[in-house]
Amino acid sequence: MTENTQGRTETPLVKLVVVGHVDHGKSTLIGRLLYDTGALPPEKVAELEAVSSRRGMETEWSFALDAFQAERDQAVTIDSTQVWFSSDKRDYVIIDAPGHREFLKNMISGAANADVAVLVVDAAEGVKEQTRRHGYLLHLLGIRQVAVAVNKMDLVGYDAQRFAEVSREIVQYLEDLGIAPNVVIPLSGRSGDNIATRSQNMPWYDGPTVVEALDGLESSLRSESQPLRFSVQDVYKFDERRIIAGRIEAGILRVGDEVLFSPANRKARVRTIESWNSGIAPLEAHPGEAVGITLDDQIFVERGSIGSHVEDAPMLTTVFRATLFWLAHESMSLDKTYMLKLGTQQARVQIQSITRVIDTDSLAGEESESVARNAVAEVVVRCRRIVALDEYQHIASCGRFVLVDGYETVAGGVISMEGYPDQRSSFAVHSTNITSVDHRITPASRAARNHHKGGVIWFTGLSGAGKSTLAMLVEQQLFNKGYHVYVLDGDNVRGGLNANLGFSPEDRTENIRRVGEVASLFADAGMICITAFISPYQADRDRARASAGDAFKEIYIKADVETCEQRDPKGLYKKARAGDIAEFTGISAPYEAPLSPELTVDTAVNPIDDCVGQIVGYLENEFGVSATARKAAIKMVE
Amino acid sequence: MNRLDELEAQSVYILREAYTAIEPMAMLWSFGKDSNVMIWLARKAFFGHVPFPVLHVDTGRKFKEMYEFRDRYESEWGLNLIRSGCPPIEEMDPGLPPAARSAARKTAGLADAIKEHGFNGIVAGIRRDEQAMRAKERVFSPRDETGTWDFREQPAELWDQYKTDFPPGTHVRIHPLLQWTELDIWLYTRRENIPLVPLYFSRDGKRYRSLGDEDITSPVESDASTIDEIISELMITKTSERAGRAMDHEREDSFELLRTQGYM
Repeated sequence: MTENTQGRTETPLVKLVVVGHVDHGKSTLIGRLLYDTGALPPEKVAELEAVSSRRGMETEWSFALDAFQAERDQAVTIDSTQVWFSSDKRDYVIIDAPGHREFLKNMISGAANADVAVLVVDAAEGVKEQTRRHGYLLHLLGIRQVAVAVNKMDLVGYDAQRFAEVSREIVQYLEDLGIAPNVVIPLSGRSGDNIATRSQNMPWYDGPTVVEALDGLESSLRSESQPLRFSVQDVYKFDERRIIAGRIEAGILRVGDEVLFSPANRKARVRTIESWNSGIAPLEAHPGEAVGITLDDQIFVERGSIGSHVEDAPMLTTVFRATLFWLAHESMSLDKTYMLKLGTQQARVQIQSITRVIDTDSLAGEESESVARNAVAEVVVRCRRIVALDEYQHIASCGRFVLVDGYETVAGGVISMEGYPDQRSSFAVHSTNITSVDHRITPASRAARNHHKGGVIWFTGLSGAGKSTLAMLVEQQLFNKGYHVYVLDGDNVRGGLNANLGFSPEDRTENIRRVGEVASLFADAGMICITAFISPYQADRDRARASAGDAFKEIYIKADVETCEQRDPKGLYKKARAGDIAEFTGISAPYEAPLSPELTVDTAVNPIDDCVGQIVGYLENEFGVSATARKAAIKMVE
Repeated sequence: MNRLDELEAQSVYILREAYTAIEPMAMLWSFGKDSNVMIWLARKAFFGHVPFPVLHVDTGRKFKEMYEFRDRYESEWGLNLIRSGCPPIEEMDPGLPPAARSAARKTAGLADAIKEHGFNGIVAGIRRDEQAMRAKERVFSPRDETGTWDFREQPAELWDQYKTDFPPGTHVRIHPLLQWTELDIWLYTRRENIPLVPLYFSRDGKRYRSLGDEDITSPVESDASTIDEIISELMITKTSERAGRAMDHEREDSFELLRTQGYM
């Protein structure tokens, strides 16, 4: 007995969605399928008969699913429902998705999780608008295993000719989408023809019944052969362990693996895979598992990070193409900012352009200025920060997303990178065969000679906060005190080193990357390098910090946007308000204030001299070298 | 992964998403098989810890075996247990059928507890296979200020992108067991060796399949006195799990009414 029940846990559970035009009989087909496979308890059957007769109808199988009073009264499925049944071969959970156009959101919610699909078509009515739309959405949701049910054959006198016509029409449409339906079955949900048992009414049909057809569909399997993707949900410190919790989306993660976390690009080795009450500690984790790991190095990892192996990492980008379905009442707006949710990553995004709106009837694309509710469109999405992703065709779960407007999920979509480069190149080291040569002069001896250590003093703040002014005054004071000091300022650097960069998000990021690297070289050379850039993104500043290490000091030059706008030394706010400058930080582009800067100076509150004094005092304290330390270091050089 | 592994992984994922997004949050614990599995899954998700309170909405009418179970495992599992009482039946809508009216006390008690502790989220162990109304539920299911469930305007729930942002005043129910079946619960309880209230096992030819308040829950005919026997019985039975819950069967729409008003 135990053996028998034990076997049951190994029986695969296949998620099946039933879709099709409203009133084509999806719920009836499912109700009948449940009855024929013995999945309905007897009291449920009795209840169905009672409810049906109270409404003066024959047994209405769809009532098994349409539990809501409102659904029974209107005979329309409002939301997707889930029920279970078993064939001899495996177990199924059926998702009945509403066909009514008004409930597309619910249909998609149901269908998004399915492995296989049954598309129901009314034999009398043939292919209708929602038949095609649902077929298209199956294609978009990535469901390739599809059985077509030509329902209500009893209403067309079980006519083989009619079946052939409907069958030809739907197969043609699906094939245009790239879906080859596995089978097309003539049936009647109401009278139970070809559901679990072969119909006596259609001797001309020699294909499988619905149950046989379902058993023949392959349920999709998560792939272990794909590259590793570990999406981080959270980092826990409930006890002495620092556990990075997340899910394996693809590939295999093993203890000892070197894992690269994108988009921050930090690497560490997996020390342990943590678990509770699972006997021995696991040595590897497989796709679909929700696991926790500890690392050999306490690198910065946060929710939204994607772990991969160093080779075959996800793409990094601030822009991607998407095919999406729009679910909100309000049409898509190019002026609005939406929240992108991609796995556990979030980023503010804008729709940069609408490539085309797809007519799901004809599959033709049309240029359009807007995307209305229930429409499908190809668009270009621009992100406010770097995201790590894969193309949907490559790794599905890392290539699909939703957009949120306020509190509402307004769209779902899948990603293509056609025509857009992987921006990892801007962040990754490309040069190979590099062996760095050790200097014979140590940082300590340089510091002893200079009477101070080298450092990167990173000013960040809004335009007009006073970064350049302060940088030049601090430079002057430090110079007068004998410091070797130099300021890298935005406009100066753009004249030379970064003359080939514009103001797109990628170019801004690259601008900051180069400044960070150059500043780090200055620091290595023993100098104090002050940088004065808005540098609005935390990720960019973090990268500069990573380059300079402990010598990096982030100083937040704070002033609220109203104050900066009043000052407006370069007249930029005026231009931005007039719309002459797109994506102006603080007005139309975000500024991510530092979370834990080494120093904050508030220029809106304190006079400029006080701010200079505050910074100089801090730097002398951090970078100045005492006479004793100096003597010791000089001895070492000798 | 086998099927139990998949269910476990999905529930763990959901619990972590909830814990990240919703604060403060509590988990309902009724000492029944489902809520015990739910606590077990929380300990899996958070590596031995349950990092939020568990809430017992006490009708005062549970079986004494259930109270004993609570007292024992509250400390053994290291739970931060909050007990909350329910208003008397006289305060409940007299228009409801008797058993539903009795069950409504729990809804009212839950609403009081949510208000008192300011919970923005409640983790509840309902399953889609229990009852057709519950089959329509979302994993993250919003309620308005009055606890009302608007099943006509449920949020889209695509892939694992649960809706976790809500306007102030919205309260969320989180349902990590939605995808489990009764049989899955038993198979998992056996695999993980999760303790159970003894009322589930047959005594004198009867056992409880679902545990609620003593006055509105009846046992079913059964000789199953071990988990193995219960599992074998479930694989052939055609009686529904909630057959012993009186409030489900009084009127065609009783359960729908209860649920729109905030019943689990």
